[in-house]
Order: sequence, then structure tokens, then C-alpha cells
Amino acid sequence: MPITSLLDPDTAARNMAEIEPQYSPQEALVEAHRCLFCFDAPCIKACPTGIDIPGFIKKIASHNLTGSARTILSSNILGGSCARVCPTSVLCEGACVMLDRDEKPIKIGRLQRYATDHVFDNDLQVLHPPEQKSGKRVALIGGGPASLGCAAELALLGHDAVIFERKPEAGGLNTYGIAYYKLTPEMSLKEVELVKRLGVEIRTGVDVGTDITVAELEKEFDAIFLGVGLGHTYRLDIPGEDLPEVFEALAFIEDLHVNPLHEVAVGKRVAVIGCGNTAIDAVTQAKRLGAEHSVIIYRRGERDMPAYLYEYGLAKRDGAEFIFNAVPVEVLEKDGHVCGLKLARTKVDDNGKLQVIAGSEFELPFDMVIKALGQEKMTDMLKSIVPDVNLTRNGCIERDAATGQTNVPHIFAGGDGANGGSEVVNAVGEGKKAARGIHRLFTNEAIEGPIQWTRMGVVGDKPVGSGLDHPIRVDEHETAFI
Amino acid sequence: MADLSINLAGIKSPNPFWVASAPPSNTAYQCHRAFEAGWGGVVWKTIGEPIVNVSSRYSSLDLNGSRMVGLNNIELITDRAPETNFREIRECKDRWPDHAIIASLMTDTRENWHDYMKASADAGADGVELNFGCPHGMCERGMGSAVGQNPDVIETIVGWVMEVAEIPVIVKLTPNITSINHAARAASRAGANAISLINTINSITQVDLDRMCPEPYVAGQSTHGGYCGPAVKPIALNMVQECAADPEVLIPISGIGGISNWKDAAEFIALGSTSVQVCTAIMHYGFRIVEDMIEGLNDYLDGAGMKSVNELIGRAVQSVQRWETLDLNYKRIASIDYDTCIGCNLCYIACEDGAHQAIALVDPEAKGVGLGPGRLPGKPVPEIKEKECVGCNLCALVCPVDACITMIDVDNGKDRMSWSDYQAKVASGEMKPIPAHP
Ligand SMILES: Cc1cc2nc3c(=O)[nH]c(=O)nc-3n(C[C@H](O)[C@H](O)[C@H](O)COP(=O)(O)OP(=O)(O)OC[C@H]3O[C@@H](n4cnc5c(N)ncnc54)[C@H](O)[C@@H]3O)c2cc1C
Ligand SMILES: Cc1cc2nc3c(=O)[nH]c(=O)nc-3n(C[C@H](O)[C@H](O)[C@H](O)COP(=O)(O)O)c2cc1C
Ligand code: SF4
Ligand code: SF4
Repeated sequence: MPITSLLDPDTAARNMAEIEPQYSPQEALVEAHRCLFCFDAPCIKACPTGIDIPGFIKKIASHNLTGSARTILSSNILGGSCARVCPTSVLCEGACVMLDRDEKPIKIGRLQRYATDHVFDNDLQVLHPPEQKSGKRVALIGGGPASLGCAAELALLGHDAVIFERKPEAGGLNTYGIAYYKLTPEMSLKEVELVKRLGVEIRTGVDVGTDITVAELEKEFDAIFLGVGLGHTYRLDIPGEDLPEVFEALAFIEDLHVNPLHEVAVGKRVAVIGCGNTAIDAVTQAKRLGAEHSVIIYRRGERDMPAYLYEYGLAKRDGAEFIFNAVPVEVLEKDGHVCGLKLARTKVDDNGKLQVIAGSEFELPFDMVIKALGQEKMTDMLKSIVPDVNLTRNGCIERDAATGQTNVPHIFAGGDGANGGSEVVNAVGEGKKAARGIHRLFTNEAIEGPIQWTRMGVVGDKPVGSGLDHPIRVDEHETAFI
Repeated sequence: MADLSINLAGIKSPNPFWVASAPPSNTAYQCHRAFEAGWGGVVWKTIGEPIVNVSSRYSSLDLNGSRMVGLNNIELITDRAPETNFREIRECKDRWPDHAIIASLMTDTRENWHDYMKASADAGADGVELNFGCPHGMCERGMGSAVGQNPDVIETIVGWVMEVAEIPVIVKLTPNITSINHAARAASRAGANAISLINTINSITQVDLDRMCPEPYVAGQSTHGGYCGPAVKPIALNMVQECAADPEVLIPISGIGGISNWKDAAEFIALGSTSVQVCTAIMHYGFRIVEDMIEGLNDYLDGAGMKSVNELIGRAVQSVQRWETLDLNYKRIASIDYDTCIGCNLCYIACEDGAHQAIALVDPEAKGVGLGPGRLPGKPVPEIKEKECVGCNLCALVCPVDACITMIDVDNGKDRMSWSDYQAKVASGEMKPIPAHP
């Protein structure tokens, strides 16, 4: 049976509403006062954009909200969306000293949101690019977080930045891919607007390679930044994969970002293949859009799943179901539509390799299948648009981690396309570092930092420093979820 | 961007934020760090005949999980030689010509005061601050608050100092006195260029009940310490305003006492301070706090349409008046927002036992406000008895929810009438005395 949408507009909107709404002023104040204002705070080291976290939190406590937002946005131009989407339990909050005395970490993400919302809600401009321009021009391919982070920093350093994005709107996965209940496309577009206000030009609907070539860009621009992200979801390569109700996770998620929520078609029984964070996003959003059963099918066990514990907990609370140690071997068809999956049991052999257990096949009824096996690299596209740029063995753009520079001196890269797939905040940080690499190419001047005012006046020993350079990543603490 | 630079009696500073004379201003090393962090001025740790300190020197008041709401210390003035201090002042001044460096001084004889004044000017200090405030140790030797508590002695010593003063002289006052005005007037009369206040307040923060001895503990004994930090801000603000409003003082003020952020600073400035000084907040968090102070003050001034911090100085001084001038006919009463009331009923018991019995407990459903957050069926909610409410603010102060209880103005149609007006009207027979509250 073909699938249809299942919910009325009100229910759909309610189910997909933000899971963590804005703090009230009092909540924010109480939480801000809990922060110890640590010196050389570990949370800063764990933020891949090196936001001066105690600094911005202290400013919330002192009613200096504008300054607080300025501190955040000057380190991370997408501080508003990062506040909503960062997996904080492995980043800043996971490093908070509070955990060392068995207390809940400071809710850094929510405080960050409180401060940045103040800027968006009141339409304030807190960052000002220099009036003196360098005259240098940079083309950025792709309009996702990496390019936005790079373009904003370039603008603040006085260079012209032009973003080329093939989709109708910029923002990349922030606009089209992040779970709706974490970040709405509207919020993402507000941030795109913020970047535009710094003087960055964004040309949407332009596919580099098709509509314009890199050679043409090179004539007009002094440097190029590749912020192309990742490609399609890997295929299952099993019979029935091309039936109309078999979706790529990203296509399904994009669908609900560009269409009214109550018009998005969802199965009543949805199978999601894979157990990464994208799979979790797909299974929860399917459930919230009315699926009666929304089931993750994962070839390994519960302990092996790549999704964050936080995300796993979220899906379980939403009533998602999990089938571990099973793989799909065929998508079952009836009258040209999906009617179920044939699955087989797996086990790990003595050498640690995953084996399908012969004769263990079983069938389950489903009317929609979502593939979430991870995204392919953009290898083919990159080979065709920038053939001289070296790729790593697994198809990522090879670049210097500190400057983003590739083997072609005027071409830089960052974000998912270079790191193989990480978080929004990593993309912003890498974009920013590349902007500084580009600035150095233009001016021979190295930008240090970000200078944290919480370290100002400290001479001598080097600060433990900011996560922009070498972000630490922490294990998820159980305490982060209680 | 507002202009934050100030000129206090000839002492120029890029912003009004100064490090107070205390441990944070002890050495050139700290002074450099303070200026690198953004401080506009440093008042050097009080220079005098070097002293010897005891071990274990501070204790604090912690409140409900917040550390160092108040800080107590029994430290004396500098333990470094005057030559060392003056040499370092010179070194800092050479490196930071546009920042304010003020030498804090404490000594005894006329001759010694003259020597220290000359040494300060020779070292390049932008001004001096006479420490008439230290309330422990030094006062036993006839200095510090022993001077500051006696207006005649203040006048005499300031007189000696002014005989030779080549640079502006600030007199630092002690709050351990019945009326700050007398001390401030004495300083002004003797020709001081400015006053600074407050120094620390006599205190004992706690008693260790096992050892039967207060902290800080020194070999079975303790002593009266000087109290500072956030807890003293209201006392300091009060004294600053008293001096700012006094027509017999009329010299600039450097405000001190419990300042931790831009907002505290702005309040001191609004009540008449030209510069502000900070000690405890730096001792707690380091010099870095000044960045928020500068940025916050700037954003505030921009938002309020003030182009310079000078426009803020003293703006609120005139709003503080004698009680007898307050309008007896102004009326406000409490109002409860039932959408946010969580039903803790603290306002009820506060008013019932602690104030004017003007709140009733009622059934929310009978009252028609329904069950709000945290209100169970059968659990009462507070209701203001508007006729009984005297508008004291207590319920709004104890309410744990922001903006749940607000105090609203009531238009009672009566004209303004102060206590003095009232006395006159009763005397002239224009009105009968207001009947006593039943
Ligand atoms: C489903 C899903 C959920 C996620 N959830 C989270 C989360 O909760 N938190 C989190 O931190 N991260 C999350 N991520 C990861 C995060 O979205 C990415 O790490 C981040 O978006 C990477 O940014 P980017 O700029 O490198 O790439 P992208 O966001 O992918 O942007 C690349 C852009 O380049 C454009 N482009 C590519 N090629 C061309 C071309 N030739 N011409 C013009 N334009 C081109 C694309 O259209 C795209 O807009 C999630 C990812 C997915 C897939
Ligand atoms: C440990 C300590 C030592 C101090 N030493 C001096 C001093 O030598 N001279 C002086 O004028 N004030 C001294 N003070 C007082 C401070 O300069 C300041 O007036 C007081 O602490 C109030 O400000 P605060 O609330 O910001 O701390 C000292 C304060 C402390 C806590
Ligand atoms: S990791 Fe994310 S939430 Fe945490 S401080 Fe950095 S940007 Fe903010
Ligand atoms: S580690 Fe935690 S307590 Fe310390 S500054 Fe960071 S958020 Fe605040």
C-alpha cells in the first residue's frame, strides 16, 4: 500500500515542537550562577570552536546578555544552532568540572541558546566587520556550516566572501537535515541571515561543476574553500531496494524540512536500517509523525551502536523499538509496494567478524523502509570539479588540519567533506581555521586565538587553551542524562 | 561605543575600573596583569613601614551554597619595603603611561607623611590615597581607622599632606563610624581632592564551635577583621550617596565595596562615584572580570543613550531624599499572577507572621484561577486582601518565582503629601490627624 501523511497540522506541530525550549530568565540566571567560572576551564577545551564558556555564562549572570552573545558569536557564528544541536554530553558539558564532584554539568548548550536568542529576538547586530576591505575575494563551494563559519570569519577579517550553494537555501544540513525538534529550518535561516549581514554574498541554486566551473571561479577569486559536505546514503544492495517506500534517511528528513509537517508521508510500520545518530533522528521523527511502530534494525548489539547514549535515550522515550543483531536480506513487495522485510540474524565470530547465521531468516511486516547506513563521500564530484586536489584513502579532502589548506595552495577545505563526517560545531571550527589559513595566504599574518578574555593578563605559561586547535572529546558520562 | 574615560580630580583613567588597594595590587607583576586584562587604574597596596603578618588571614561568609558572599581579613598593609614599592610603581608607570597608578599611603608623623608624598610623586604616581580606613591591627598603632574615626585627626593629617602635595590626594574613609559625613567633610575642609569609600567593616564571620574560636584562626586566637565583598555593597552604596549628596563635601568620589560586575559599578556611579574600586571579586575570580565590566557598562550606556560615563555620574543621587519628604499618599499593592504561581504559599506565611496579615489562602477552583503549575486539587493559593495590603513589598521579595508577585500602583485620587506637609496641614487645622492603624 502506498503511504500517506498521518497527522493533522496541530498534532504534527505539537509532536515536532522543540524538545528543549528557551530558558526563562530566572532559570537561566540560576543555572548561570551554578557555573564556577573556572580558570582554564576544560569546557572551553572541549568546544571545537573554543567558545569562552565561563566568560559568556558569567555575562548572563551579570545581565550582560548582549555581551554574552557577542562572546559566543565571535567564536562561533552558528552559536545559536550549535546550542541546540551539539552533542554536548561528549563536548563542553561532558568536560565540565561539576561531573568531577558528581553533580550535573552546567547546561552550557541551553545557556548558549538563551544568550544567542536574545540577539535574534531583538534583532541586534553584535559583530561588525572592518570598514577597510582587503580587496581579496574568496569563493566558498557549499553553503553549509563549514562555509558559513569560514565566510563569517573572512568577512570579519576584511575579505569578500561569496558562497555558492546548489540548494534553494543555504545552511546545509542545518536547514535540511538536523532533527526538526532540535533545530527548525527557520532558525537555521536566521543564522544564514546573520552571516549575510556581515557582508557575505550567498548565491543559491548554483551547482558548482554544472552551472559554473572551478576554473571560472579561479578567474574571479583569489582563493577557494570547499565546504561540500557528504553525499548520498550508502546502498543496501538487496532485492527490493528500489521500491517506492524505500527512502534514504536524508531524503525523508529533508522532506519534512521543506514540506508542511502534516503533509509528510510516513508508514504505519517503519523500519530504519542502521543505528547511528541519523538512524535515531529518522526513527524518532517517523514516530513523532504518527508511525505506530518505528523500528531500528541494527546488525550488531546494543553496546556497539554508534549513536550517542543521549540520542538512544531520546528514541526510547519516544517509543521507538530496536531489533539488534539482525540484517535485512530482502525488501518484500506486494503490488509494487513495500510490505515487509526479510531479516537474518547475525553473530560475531571468534575473530570478531560479523557473520550472518545461515537459516536464521525471518520476516516482519513494514510499509516503509528508511536507510541510514551513513553517507558516501563526494569522491566523484570532487575528482571532477577539483581534480588536482588530493583526497585521502577514504575519499575525504586531504588538508592541513590547522589551516585547512589542501595540496593546491589557494584551495582550502573543512567540514564533513574533509573530516569524513562529524558535527556542526566541528564544521564551523574548521571553516574558521581555514579562513585564518586563507588570511595568512593573503597577508602572511597569523591569527592566534581565539583570545579568551578569561585568560587575559596571564603572561608566561601557555593556556590549556581553546578547543579550536585540538578539541578534546570526552566519553559520555552516565550522569549527563539524569 | 560610549566614552568610558574619566578624570577624577585630575587623575585620568581610560575607564572607571580601578583595582583597590589590597593583595591584588601588591606587586608590579600584578599591576601589569591587571592593566593587560583591561583595568583602568591600580591603587597600590598600602605603603608604609613594612609590617609582619600572621598566618591564616581570611575567613568568609558562605550563604546557601554561594562561596564568599562576604570576606573577612586580618591582613595589615604591605609587607614590602617602601623603596621596593616605589621602584615598582615607577616601572609600571613607565610601561602604562595612560593608566592611573595611585599610591596608597599610611604613616604617622608629619615628617613621614611629607616623605611618602614626595616619594610617590617622584615615582610617577598619578595620585595618592591616604589609608584612613584599615580597621584591624594598624588602628591599634594609631593609624588606619583610628585616624578615619576622628574627623579632627583626619583634618590635621590631610592638612599636613596638602602642604606638600604635588599630585591629587584621595582620602580613603572607614565605614566604622556613626556618620560618614563628618569624616568626608573633614577631608574636604582640609583640602583633599577626592574621597574613596568604603574600606572594610569590623566583623567576625563565624565561630568554630569545637575550638570556641572564630576564623581566621591563629594559634587558639582570632581578632576583629575587616569585612568586604558582595555582602557590603548596600552599606557602601548608602555611604557613597550620603557623601555625594552632602553640600559640605563636594569633592569627587571613588566608590568601593562589594562591586563584582558592571551593574554594581553602574549603581555606584549613578550614586555619585567617578571611579570604582574592586578587591574581593578579583580575589575570587582574577583580573579577567573587568572585560565584562567594560563591555556591560558600554552596552548599558549605549542602550541608555549616554555618550560618556560622565553622564551617568550622580544621576540617581537626588532620588534619595529625607524620609519626611516622601509622599504619604502614594499607594501600591501586591498582585499575584496565577499562571506562574506554584503554590508554595511563602508569601502567605511571610505576610501573616511577618507583616500585615493581608494575604488569605483560598481554593483555586473556587477562585476561578484553576490549577496552575504545581497546584494540586485541594491545595490553596494565596489571595491578596487589597484593603489590608500596605504595599510593603515583602511577599514579592520572598516569592521564588520571577515576576509572579508584582507591586502595582493604585490611583487613590489623592494629591502628594509628605510628612512635613501633613504636619503643617494638621497644625493649620486643614486636616485631621490620620487615625492610627487598628
Ligand atoms: C541526519 C543528520 C543529523 C545530524 N544531526 C546532527 C546533530 O544533531 N548535531 C550535530 O552537531 N551534527 C549533526 N549532524 C552532522 C552535521 O549536520 C554536519 O556535520 C554538518 O552539517 C557539516 O557541515 P558541512 O558544511 O561540512 O556540510 P553540509 O551541511 O552537508 O553542507 C554542504 C553543502 O554544500 C552543498 N554542496 C555540495 N556540493 C556542492 C556543489 N558542487 N555546488 C554547490 N553546493 C554544493 C550542499 O548542498 C550542502 O548544502 C547531522 C547530520 C545528519 C546527516
Ligand atoms: C585582604 C585585604 C587586604 C586589604 N588591604 C588594604 C590595604 O592595604 N589598604 C587599603 O586601603 N584597603 C585594603 N583593603 C580594603 C579594600 O581596598 C577595599 O576597600 C575593601 O575590600 C572593599 O572592597 P571589595 O568589597 O571590593 O573587597 C583590603 C582588603 C582585603 C580583603
Ligand atoms: S560544544 Fe557546542 S554547545 Fe558546547 S560550547 Fe561549543 S558550540 Fe556551545
Ligand atoms: S567547567 Fe563547568 S563550571 Fe567550569 S567554567 Fe565550564 S561550565 Fe562552568
